[in-house]
Amino acid sequence: MNFAESFRIALRALAANKARSVLTMLGVVIGVAAVILLVGIGTGVQDEITGQVEGLGSNLLFVVPGQYGGGMGGDQGPPSRRFTLEDSELLARRVPGIDAVVPVIQAGSTIKRGNRSVRVVVAAGSEQASEVFGGTLAGGRGYRKSEVQAGARVVAIGSTVRDVLFQGQDPVGKTVTLEGQRFTVVGHYESLGGGLAGDQDSQVYIPVTTAQRVFNLNYVNTIVIKATDADRIEVVKADIRRVLTPRYGEEFTVFTQEQTLGLLSDLLGTLTYMLAGIAGISLLVGGIGIMNIMLVSVSERTREIGIRKAVGARTYDILSQFVIEAVGLSVLGGIIGISLGWGGAELMARFTPVPTNVTPWAVATAFFFAAGVGVFFGVYPAWKASQLDPIVALRYE
Amino acid sequence: MVQEGQATASRVVLETRDVGKQYQLDGVEVNALRDVSIAIRAGEMVSIMGPSGSGKSTLMHIVGLLDRPTCGEVILEGDDISNLSPNQLAELRNKYIGFVFQSFNLLSRTSAQANVELPLVYAGVSGVDRSHRAIEALERVGLGNRLGHFSSQLSGGQQQRVAIARALVNSPSIVLADEPTGNLDSRSGIEVMAILQDLNAQGITVVLVTHDDRVARHAQRVIRVFDGRVQSQEAVENRVIAAQELRDLPAEEVAG
Ligand SMILES: Nc1ncnc2c1ncn2[C@@H]1O[C@H](COP(=O)(O)OP(=O)(O)O)[C@@H](O)[C@H]1O
Ligand SMILES: [Mg+2]
Repeated sequence: MNFAESFRIALRALAANKARSVLTMLGVVIGVAAVILLVGIGTGVQDEITGQVEGLGSNLLFVVPGQYGGGMGGDQGPPSRRFTLEDSELLARRVPGIDAVVPVIQAGSTIKRGNRSVRVVVAAGSEQASEVFGGTLAGGRGYRKSEVQAGARVVAIGSTVRDVLFQGQDPVGKTVTLEGQRFTVVGHYESLGGGLAGDQDSQVYIPVTTAQRVFNLNYVNTIVIKATDADRIEVVKADIRRVLTPRYGEEFTVFTQEQTLGLLSDLLGTLTYMLAGIAGISLLVGGIGIMNIMLVSVSERTREIGIRKAVGARTYDILSQFVIEAVGLSVLGGIIGISLGWGGAELMARFTPVPTNVTPWAVATAFFFAAGVGVFFGVYPAWKASQLDPIVALRYE
Repeated sequence: MVQEGQATASRVVLETRDVGKQYQLDGVEVNALRDVSIAIRAGEMVSIMGPSGSGKSTLMHIVGLLDRPTCGEVILEGDDISNLSPNQLAELRNKYIGFVFQSFNLLSRTSAQANVELPLVYAGVSGVDRSHRAIEALERVGLGNRLGHFSSQLSGGQQQRVAIARALVNSPSIVLADEPTGNLDSRSGIEVMAILQDLNAQGITVVLVTHDDRVARHAQRVIRVFDGRVQSQEAVENRVIAAQELRDLPAEEVAG
């Protein structure tokens, strides 16, 4: 008997027990849909975050205090010494081949105007900050060198902040209150679209000197350096180390954009695999459901097996008939699950802020995994069926 | 080994030599068959007759290659089948043997035609040829107008005729019928016997297993078994002709 014949027999058996077939399939449908959806979310988030980091430019270097090895561990405790504005000036003078050195302070705060207020991230830098922060001015200007030198209370605001506090009015020249101090708005930015990687539209930008004063700090969090040429990034990195080592020994780390990306995608990749694993478990449960139903089916159809054997069915014929039944259930469930998961991912991308990306790779993996589940959990019941003694099977009531 | 009977010098299709079958029941050995040596010749119609529990079904399963003897040999078309694998036996059953069971053993929720096609499916006969031969076999048992009916939509007698069509569709050497009339009313039973006699008249070898003396006398020869042994083998005198019986039935009993 050929494969097409086994296939026809299996399909007929599945059609004869429609309700049971559908319920059995449901386990696989849910499992596969979960895999597709969760992996789609993982991949989408990963793409978006790495895209945002990449968007900053590949010639950035981040100098942070403390020692970070490879991997994800950042648990070396609080660094004993932080950077100061002098370090930033020193780097600007002593490292060749760079466009900008920006000392950065980041802090959470609340900005107020009248009776309205909004939580913001204050990002403080030098007049060169626009080189490393990105963003496009929608009106006004960024703060100037003189304002940085003077520690002036000027602020440029993100679009969300503008919309909440000014509601359509032009904010330039108006005053807002930050940390109890009055600031003059000098500019505002266009929306970047809220992503998961931190909402840039809810940021406000002030001079780093002003930030040190209002937050009462004498250090900066990070020094961001922009190399002139992305190809010379390793040379610049070595120069930075050379300049800082006499002051800080090994107690600082220089990240390149590439390293940051690598770290991020490692982390997010692991997350995606974990999601896939969790969803995979439900697929496994679906497979056990198939095995259970196939065992029931085999014992219910013992007499049928006996009849088939009496008229000439060989072991292989019975085996393939039942394996194809199990695989048919799982493959059909897989296809429906992929459609549902994919559709769910599309809807999610459209109607929620969660980005999703269903890759062909994920679809193919889910499909073959589902088929594999059918084979794996179908073979044992089918083998049991194929080994039945024809006489015992015929006598079975 | 054939002692007597009308069967003349025709070829031996099936033969058993000193076949025995023992079952273990709670540690006690049950001898279902002992030293059974019989031979069936091509074109014969033979009854195996004996009381319930005498070993008839066991014997039929052994000569039908559904079961293996504990000792002795079974020879089908000249070949000893003792050392064949289950798959080889399945192929021989498919090619040489047709079964008719007391309880019909049709596939449920399956059309008459699909049931009859089943042996051809496993013989590797494809598509058009298969349905052609199945229809032909169903026409031979008078069911040419019931091809698409499911087993559950047929009467017992019709179901048994479907089973007979299935048994003969692959042109077997021998048709084995175990109590084929056992589950039927008397009229349907006689109709089934008429078909078997008719097929035999067309040259098909038929072995009929029954406990009923009258049913047994539809054959040309009777092998009597008792307590697992062959007691006697004799030709049937006054053979019952089912077609004649049908004519003699009162007209009002004629139902569907
Ligand atoms: N699978 C079995 N296990 C144990 N004993 C069996 C089995 N099959 C048949 N027997 C015994 O073998 C004897 C013959 O049975 P069987 O061939 O069915 O008789 P018949 O068909 O003539 O009524 C009986 O005593 C029966 O109990
Ligand atoms: Mg019996």
